[in-house]
Amino acid sequence: MGYKIICNRNDYGSDIMKIPENPDSALLVLGCPQVPVQTTAVLYIAARLKKAGIKTVIAGTPSARLLIKYADFDGHYIDEVKDLDMTIDAILENGENYPLCFVFIHNDAGISYAATMNSILKSVVYPVIFGSNADELSSMITFECEKISADAAHNPKPLINAIDGVIKWDV
Amino acid sequence: MGCLEKLAYEVILRNSSFDECRQYLKKNYRELYAVSPGYKIFDVHIIGVPPVSVALDGNIVIFPFTKPCHGTFLVRVESEYEAQRLRNGSKKL
Repeated sequence: MGYKIICNRNDYGSDIMKIPENPDSALLVLGCPQVPVQTTAVLYIAARLKKAGIKTVIAGTPSARLLIKYADFDGHYIDEVKDLDMTIDAILENGENYPLCFVFIHNDAGISYAATMNSILKSVVYPVIFGSNADELSSMITFECEKISADAAHNPKPLINAIDGVIKWDV
Repeated sequence: MGCLEKLAYEVILRNSSFDECRQYLKKNYRELYAVSPGYKIFDVHIIGVPPVSVALDGNIVIFPFTKPCHGTFLVRVESEYEAQRLRNGSKKL
């Protein structure tokens, strides 16, 4: 394997987040695709995960799924695309699990989804917060996690920098 | 699954934040229960920040319903079955 993921310290002190050593899959939870940088950030993280040998699964709204489907038409970065409600149902009713989860957030509903995924998955959840009020949204996340946050709506670079600041993609 | 449209529901608050819905429940209802995020009621899983509150007014269940693009709605649906299930299995606040 050419890559591995190194996790930084969390926001809550000295503990290193309990990231599984060899996560085999990651769930990327997409909300409303109203803010343009979402799709770019999703594909960026998915590309890095794929290089680390981690299966990438999208759960999102119909529009968010279509944006990903056509942006990655040949499935270079995304292995599976699923309905958001059905994915939550499969986790709760069938015990489906993902060792890593990234929740993309630019509104209040995104905060609710992140808290829910953190509660039901019992795995490492990364909130990825963006848009024009990222700081305010970030302050609303109270569960223990490492937040990835940047004021970014059209230009993805601040968010990409924030992603790389939290997760090291070690060769 | 996730289809509130199938239920005979009434919307109390729309396009709200999750916290606004929680505060509304606390202010306006006396019989409140705490459930975990993901709690299944009717055919939907409640999405929210713990502690998630659900209110009862007789057999009417009042609960938050979150849509990714539109925020959280507070809805009321009558169901003796769901009301009893909450009274028997959830922590009263």
